[in-house]
Amino acid sequence: MPIYFLKRVLGLIPLFIGITFISFLVIHLAPGSPVDAKGEFNPKMTLQAREKLRELYGLDRPLLEQYGQWTKKIIRFDFGNSFVDGEKVTSKIGKAVPVTLSISVLTLLCVLAAGIGLGVFGAVHEGSRTDRWLTFLALAGFSVPTFWISLLLMNAFGVQLRLLPVSGLYSVNFDDLNAWEKAVDIARHLVLPVAVASITGVAGISRYMRNSLLNELKQDYVRTARAKGLPEKRVLYHHALKNALLPIVTILGLSVPGLLGGSVIFESIFSIPGMGRLFFNSVFARDYPVIMGILVLGAFLTLLGNLLADLTYSVVDPRIRLK
Amino acid sequence: MGFVFIVCSGFLSADPADPEPGDMFVTSSIGEPVNLIPFFASDSASSEISRLIFNGLVKYDKDLKIVGDLAESFEVKDGGMKIIFHLRKNVHWQDGAPFTAADVEFTFQKLRDPNTPTPYGGDFEKVESLKVLDDSTLEVNYKEPFSPGLASWGMGIIPKHLLEKEDLMKTSFSRRPVGTGPYLLKKWKTGERLELRANRDYFEGRPFIERTIYRIIPDQATTFLELETENLDSAGLTPLQFKRQTDTSFFKDHYTKYRTPSFGYTYIGYNSEHPLFGDRKVRKAIGLAINKQEIADVTLLGLGQVATGPFLPSSWAYNSDVKPSPFDPALARQWLSEAGWTDADGDGFLDKEGRKFSFTLLTNLGNEQRKMACEIIQRRLREIGIDVKIQVIEWGTFLREFIDKKKYEAVLLAWNLSYDPDIFDIFHSSKTRPGEFNFVSYKNEEVDGLLAEGRRLFKEEARAPVYRRIHRIISDDEPYTFLTVPDSLLVLHRRFRGPELAPSGIGYNFIKWFVPKDEQKYKVRLEE
Repeated sequence: MPIYFLKRVLGLIPLFIGITFISFLVIHLAPGSPVDAKGEFNPKMTLQAREKLRELYGLDRPLLEQYGQWTKKIIRFDFGNSFVDGEKVTSKIGKAVPVTLSISVLTLLCVLAAGIGLGVFGAVHEGSRTDRWLTFLALAGFSVPTFWISLLLMNAFGVQLRLLPVSGLYSVNFDDLNAWEKAVDIARHLVLPVAVASITGVAGISRYMRNSLLNELKQDYVRTARAKGLPEKRVLYHHALKNALLPIVTILGLSVPGLLGGSVIFESIFSIPGMGRLFFNSVFARDYPVIMGILVLGAFLTLLGNLLADLTYSVVDPRIRLK
Repeated sequence: MGFVFIVCSGFLSADPADPEPGDMFVTSSIGEPVNLIPFFASDSASSEISRLIFNGLVKYDKDLKIVGDLAESFEVKDGGMKIIFHLRKNVHWQDGAPFTAADVEFTFQKLRDPNTPTPYGGDFEKVESLKVLDDSTLEVNYKEPFSPGLASWGMGIIPKHLLEKEDLMKTSFSRRPVGTGPYLLKKWKTGERLELRANRDYFEGRPFIERTIYRIIPDQATTFLELETENLDSAGLTPLQFKRQTDTSFFKDHYTKYRTPSFGYTYIGYNSEHPLFGDRKVRKAIGLAINKQEIADVTLLGLGQVATGPFLPSSWAYNSDVKPSPFDPALARQWLSEAGWTDADGDGFLDKEGRKFSFTLLTNLGNEQRKMACEIIQRRLREIGIDVKIQVIEWGTFLREFIDKKKYEAVLLAWNLSYDPDIFDIFHSSKTRPGEFNFVSYKNEEVDGLLAEGRRLFKEEARAPVYRRIHRIISDDEPYTFLTVPDSLLVLHRRFRGPELAPSGIGYNFIKWFVPKDEQKYKVRLEE
């Protein structure tokens, strides 16, 4: 087991370098430069000033040399400063991560609770009227555009009913509130974003769960269990569900990098300062250090997620370990 | 003393209620401000907020005349070779240190420092030297008279004592600025909001509105929903929102709408180095075939006007004798045939020497109104036998690959102008190198001469005829087909007293706005 683990980890290193190199190349080869985004088409920005900026950012040097410089700093965990506002990349990402992470984790919990529950219900009552409704709703939930459902909910709960705040994470007078009111304030602001973010997830997971459980229920061992007279509850939850959850574990593993990815559309609509918006804005400003910082984080988490999923597999399923 | 004077003279006439300190003004911005140091503040959010925190030596008043700000007065001497600024005394930085001429000198040195890549550096290139005569007097010497230079002293002055040892590109000052202005930055929550508090020692008197909050709301639909819940006190609107969505009793009861001509125009720019558009007759014919009123009616829902040239109706440089070119497809066709373009092969498109009249109109991604305008133009030009293809391109790519390299045929874009009419950078023939702003390569000797002359004159009466002549010639040459001047559209919550529409907009007397005690929405503790 330790050797398997070690091999897997070592295998990730060249992969990681490859990812950063290709990302670096692609980003720098994309037309436009941070200097254009900064001067915005302002007639007062002279040619010399723009040249100066290129020099300051090191953009006048060959691409390979720039990559070398960047890697040298990365090894010391120095991600550099943003071209846009000079703030440290780590501090920019550090501010966005907790926001996105807490919403993602809350969302994931909602998705798991609701998705697994609905999926099991659907599988157990396969073909019933409720199951057909759930199938329909899952399909609808999967296909509905985030921005549209967000605006509808904001209009309904925020504007018409005035039950919940429309956007943002805090009220404008947040600082004047006491601790309890602050907690309530944040919770109220989180209801709609978490609900909207959960919709697609619940739709997806409930489908996976339903199908996976249905699959298991058709297996011989389930028939055997039923035949030897085990109560249906025990058959379902002890035997079948355990195995049916396996694919869900894979999906969870794959969703680890997504936890920090955030979504531009969703964050823009709810005015949430998360990772999605940070990345989107950085790309449009050609803010290379920030883009690379986020990509490195993303690559790291993707690789980590895959590794964890594989390791979990090998714990759950001994056959994988042997290969 | 100054405080009392302002309260009595400025206000009682406008509203009978007594000005009352307190309350908050909550507004929104689509983007996060990038940098609050005045000479890096090139995006609209940064420059708007930066102006609340910093002061320049001069400023534009409500009628767009240049008046003193940190300078009590100024004199232009020797035909513009020299400007002397007399600074206000007893002005303090928000940290309590006194403001002196040394701060101005420091700001100037930083602006001229080649290691400070500021987009505003061009304004100060013509300055020969700046001399501090005493703590409150400065003398600026120019290499040649340069009248737009006067307005450039509206650049916010930064404190020497805090920045002397800092690298401006990396300093934390850009997020924790200290200025001389009416508001000081209290808090900046990235991606979320900036909170400013009234500066009780402000030299023109303490602002009545105790806090100003900029919420960052990237989505326009969300901004509008926040207005509908009265969580925002003010926001800019799209024409559709202004005309239809705010036409409800709720908005009429709670908000006032303001509409003023903006300081910008949209245009089609022709690459005059391209064989199609070198001929003035062809450009003018295209102008005749486009119904500009139609573009204003459709893209702006009528909330704007037709542009006639490089100056706007609200500017003194505007030449009101220049009429917009009429919509006359028949005449357009006639001019095109005089230029050699006829439909010889009968396929419905004009051709000349076997080549079909076809070009690509470029515009940038993310602006629906421009895309709509392109589509209208495409259709109108199809009617006179010109084939237009539309390409919408992301901004960075658009600049780098097409404009800078002059690899385009025609573009649909807009300029936002400064109040000074100097448009040397946009139309002078020396500004056609790659990356410069006369990217249409317009060349006209008379215009070159007039543009240079306009920079040498200081008096508005003397400059006006020069710029009006420029307006006439550029409109005749049509290097651009001038399309529309959109209106700026704004709503403001009704509880605020004091806003008045002026040529410069409504914000000019912001520090005098107030909310009567019984209407104050937010109970905020007043800082002492």
